[in-house]
Amino acid sequence: MTTTMIGPDPLAGPAEEVRHFVDDEIVPHADEWDRAERIPRELLGRISELGLWAPFLPPEHGGSAMPWTHVGRVHEEVGRGCSSVRSLLTVHTMVAGTVQRWGTDEQRARLLPALATGELLGAFCLSEPDSGSAADASGTVAVADGDGWTVTGTKKWITGGQIADLLLLFARTGDAMSAFLVPADTPGITVTPLTGMMGTPGSMLAQIDLDSVHLDAEALVGPENWAAGTVMTGALDLGRFSVACGSVGVIRACLDACVDYTTRRQVKGTGLAELPLIRRKISDMVVSSRAGRLLCAEAGSLKDAGDPATIMASWVAKYYASTAATRASAEAVQIHGANGFSPEYPVARLYRDARVAEVIEGSTELQQLTIADEAYREARR
Amino acid sequence: MTDPTDYRAPIREFILNRFPGFELRDEDDIFALGFVNSLFAMELVMFVEKTFQIKVPNNEIRLDSFRTVERMGDLVARVTSGGRAPVL
Ligand SMILES: Cc1cc2nc3c(=O)[nH]c(=O)nc-3n(C[C@H](O)[C@H](O)[C@H](O)COP(=O)(O)OP(=O)(O)OC[C@H]3O[C@@H](n4cnc5c(N)ncnc54)[C@H](O)[C@@H]3O)c2cc1C
Repeated sequence: MTTTMIGPDPLAGPAEEVRHFVDDEIVPHADEWDRAERIPRELLGRISELGLWAPFLPPEHGGSAMPWTHVGRVHEEVGRGCSSVRSLLTVHTMVAGTVQRWGTDEQRARLLPALATGELLGAFCLSEPDSGSAADASGTVAVADGDGWTVTGTKKWITGGQIADLLLLFARTGDAMSAFLVPADTPGITVTPLTGMMGTPGSMLAQIDLDSVHLDAEALVGPENWAAGTVMTGALDLGRFSVACGSVGVIRACLDACVDYTTRRQVKGTGLAELPLIRRKISDMVVSSRAGRLLCAEAGSLKDAGDPATIMASWVAKYYASTAATRASAEAVQIHGANGFSPEYPVARLYRDARVAEVIEGSTELQQLTIADEAYREARR
Repeated sequence: MTDPTDYRAPIREFILNRFPGFELRDEDDIFALGFVNSLFAMELVMFVEKTFQIKVPNNEIRLDSFRTVERMGDLVARVTSGGRAPVL
């Protein structure tokens, strides 16, 4: 839709196929997957065929060295179609990006080609039943046991946990946190599906219990006892960026649905599209999708430049885009009246999915605190 | 430029720019001072890599290498004099 496109679109040209893929193979099925609470394997296979699991990886590791600005647009498009699929891409990106950034040469050579093709699917395992926002309050503990580690604990709300092959697992090692790359079929791991989630139910969440799981020394990724300042922050930064871009996609989906609906629906003989109060809501969706995309583009280009300012830019983009997506989807339900509550229209799903983005990868409240901290710091300069 | 002291000024400036008003000596442990959160730690790693056009190797990514301005300068000197080509 031209109203939401600014300047040359990085998805123009060959990558136009991403847009067609979303229109033809995701949008028509998103509601059905939402109800079934799963994404079919065939769709995951199509993402592999299109090389979209980790296109940012260099060609020698199976990627296409896609810049982050473009990756962001891919996640936006996928988010426009289905946030559950985008969530799977998000956590996979966090895992593949971690191996690329912090992995040893051996870990990269062993894992990246399979992460690039989606032969190995990644999951990000940080949250626990008793700790989410307080990410460093891990009750999962890894104890050095001679030739490796023994890990015990419980991870909860793990996106893609039902189908993941490789877990990026955070555990307490002494006073600090460390990160580990753990095959999901390691003995001692139990995966329990979590169903009935209000938002992104297709993202196949799981609880993951670890009972004295033995890991080789090579499972450690990044610095021992310093995962919080490195692997965790780096992975969450990629996750935040992806969720921000996906939220822009949700706003665009709301806009598309509302323009279509209001063009057809009449109230007392007047088209909804003619009513000024409706038009104002449509304008807000146009503006917020464009503003959100610009913030995502800023965060993406700072990532491409290796600039540390990308971290705060991703916070800002995610805060703006996720809260704007909540507003847009609430208005979309409103515009659809009773139909907005019905499974015959996509807007109820968009509303439920948008709410998730305000909780994951740093909740709205944490973002408000972090962004305000930055403002006060800058004011002291 | 391989003298570690040459690398310290931009690092000190980056930290003080983010946390103005601090009296920061090159040997002060920035983590012990209590103002460095995990977000800023990651920014520091990225700053060092971008500014000095290096990729800090895995065995150098540890808290101790980033504890003080002095140690970060030493780290950059080690990496640049280690014959590693800039990769960024
Ligand atoms: C659909 C879904 C998918 C998820 N996928 C994953 C995943 O793949 N991997 C993973 O590790 N986790 C995942 N999570 C978990 C998610 O990261 C956590 O839910 C999130 O970090 C919040 O933690 P919590 O739920 O424990 O809330 P709490 O930390 O208990 O917070 C509760 C509320 O208090 C607010 N709050 C906290 N601190 C403050 C403060 N200082 N001031 C004001 N308000 C505050 C929070 O914003 C929140 O609104 C997922 C969650 C959902 C819903």
